Amino acid sequence: MSWVLGVLVFWAMAWTLNVRLAGSALSRVRAGRIAVPALFGITLLVLWEGLVRGLGVSPVILPAPTMIGVKIAGSLPILWADFVQTVFKGALTGYVMGCGAGFLVSILIDRSPFLTRGLLPIGNFVAALPIIGIAPIMVMWFGFDWQSKAAVVVIMVFFPVLVNMVAGLQASERMQRDLMATWGASYWQTLFQLRLPAAMPFLFNGLKIATTLALIGAIVAEFFGSPIVGMGFRISTEVGRMSMDMVWAQIAVAALAGSAFYGGVALIERRVTFWHPSQRV
Amino acid sequence: MTRALPVLSVLGILFVIWYAAAVWLNAPWVYDQAERAGTRVTLAELIPQTMAQDRPVLAAPHQIVAELWKGVAGQAITSKRSLVYHGFVTLQATMYGFVLGIVLGAALAIAIVQSRVMDMSVMPWAIISQTIPIVALAPMIVVLTSQLGIQDRMVPKAIISAYLSFFPVLVGMIKGLRSPDQMQLDQIATWNASGAQVFVKLRLPASMPYFFASLKIAVAASLVGAIVGELPTGAVEGLGARMLIGSQFGQPLITWAALFAAAILAGLLILAVGQVERAARRRMGVQE
Repeated sequence: MSWVLGVLVFWAMAWTLNVRLAGSALSRVRAGRIAVPALFGITLLVLWEGLVRGLGVSPVILPAPTMIGVKIAGSLPILWADFVQTVFKGALTGYVMGCGAGFLVSILIDRSPFLTRGLLPIGNFVAALPIIGIAPIMVMWFGFDWQSKAAVVVIMVFFPVLVNMVAGLQASERMQRDLMATWGASYWQTLFQLRLPAAMPFLFNGLKIATTLALIGAIVAEFFGSPIVGMGFRISTEVGRMSMDMVWAQIAVAALAGSAFYGGVALIERRVTFWHPSQRV
Repeated sequence: MTRALPVLSVLGILFVIWYAAAVWLNAPWVYDQAERAGTRVTLAELIPQTMAQDRPVLAAPHQIVAELWKGVAGQAITSKRSLVYHGFVTLQATMYGFVLGIVLGAALAIAIVQSRVMDMSVMPWAIISQTIPIVALAPMIVVLTSQLGIQDRMVPKAIISAYLSFFPVLVGMIKGLRSPDQMQLDQIATWNASGAQVFVKLRLPASMPYFFASLKIAVAASLVGAIVGELPTGAVEGLGARMLIGSQFGQPLITWAALFAAAILAGLLILAVGQVERAARRRMGVQE
């Protein structure tokens, strides 16, 4: 009982501190903007730990964060092998291929306004579909190893990137394009010096959506058959064996990988589109 | 008509590519069969045979349509083979998750817009929550709910689909609730409106267009969530389960039919949200 009371008190104190922080001058500088959500996150972890211990929740239902941490520290080789199989081989390969294909196809169809008008509604619709269902078919085509996972990822990320990039290529204004024409710029010069830079905010929008989709695709495809390594494989087998600490360890790795992937793309975006109003602070 | 023509022609091109790919991918099997029988196939014989296999590598569109029709109209809708039945199971989970996601997303958005602490502490985590691949959590949610004694398979699916659908609503609502400009805020202040009145009479109506735009994304996301939620349960019902069954028993046509049924369902859901939006706009007196 003391655990429960303790964490509740901690919660109240942390919340009060957060209210103070958010109201103070500190919240306008970078440190404050990181401290407030960090404190919130830590509070959630402490609440979880305290409630699991205080209420005596069985580890089969919900292991405490410290238990999960111990498990992570104790099984780094397995986690690393699964990570390489799913994220590097499956998700990243597919991500690069799918985004590259989406980028190139968008430039190709952009040359024909007719195709653009036809493809945009279809692309938008397909991007909203549960494409994830293609996974069993890809596993049938490309076998159990990472190639089938990469194929699922290619299809999943292709349409969001395509749709955003096509919209991006139309983002430069009529006036700017006319100006390029008066300077006698060729199609390629206009493309590289005006339209591609103008399309970058849209492209990165698509690329950021695609990061999450890539991980989802790679993990789901493993539910339909995989070699005996990989995050999706590990999760589905360890759930069957009721070793929840391993499952949570995988979830933690997946969460870190997903956030790092997204953060990495967002960082590149900031470098590339530094001129865009949304990036100026 | 000027808008339909490009779409139809792109669809036509896709159809042609699909059929060509079906012939190309299914041909090895036909050649293999012919070689075993000691006969040779000409091109004219080859093409029809690639279109009518029981276990095609790539199913031809008409085969999928036939399988879909068999699943929708060929059985009583209570039958375990009926796609209507499985679609309904998935639709139910989707709707529960969708409603849950709307409530959660809208409530969080209101809290975030009204309170600076909530904004600073919750918003970053809401963004991070979407970078976590939900499918990693899905089997966990399934086990957790069954350990807690909830036998209903609907619950974990609804939770997963709510997890995917709350975020678009949250982002859309925040944008919408903050959309009234300074002039409008000043105006309502000169009328001596209280905080609650500003919220109900200005911010809430102003957020509606953003709300409905995000609902269309959210409903598609909840369908994905419901289908993903059916995969790791070893589910017996629902469109996701049909895909799994097709994959496990080597019946690609079942998987394809379930996939297309899911696509049709997604289209219908987006259309339905559009209808609700139009009705709401008319009630609110927006000129079309």
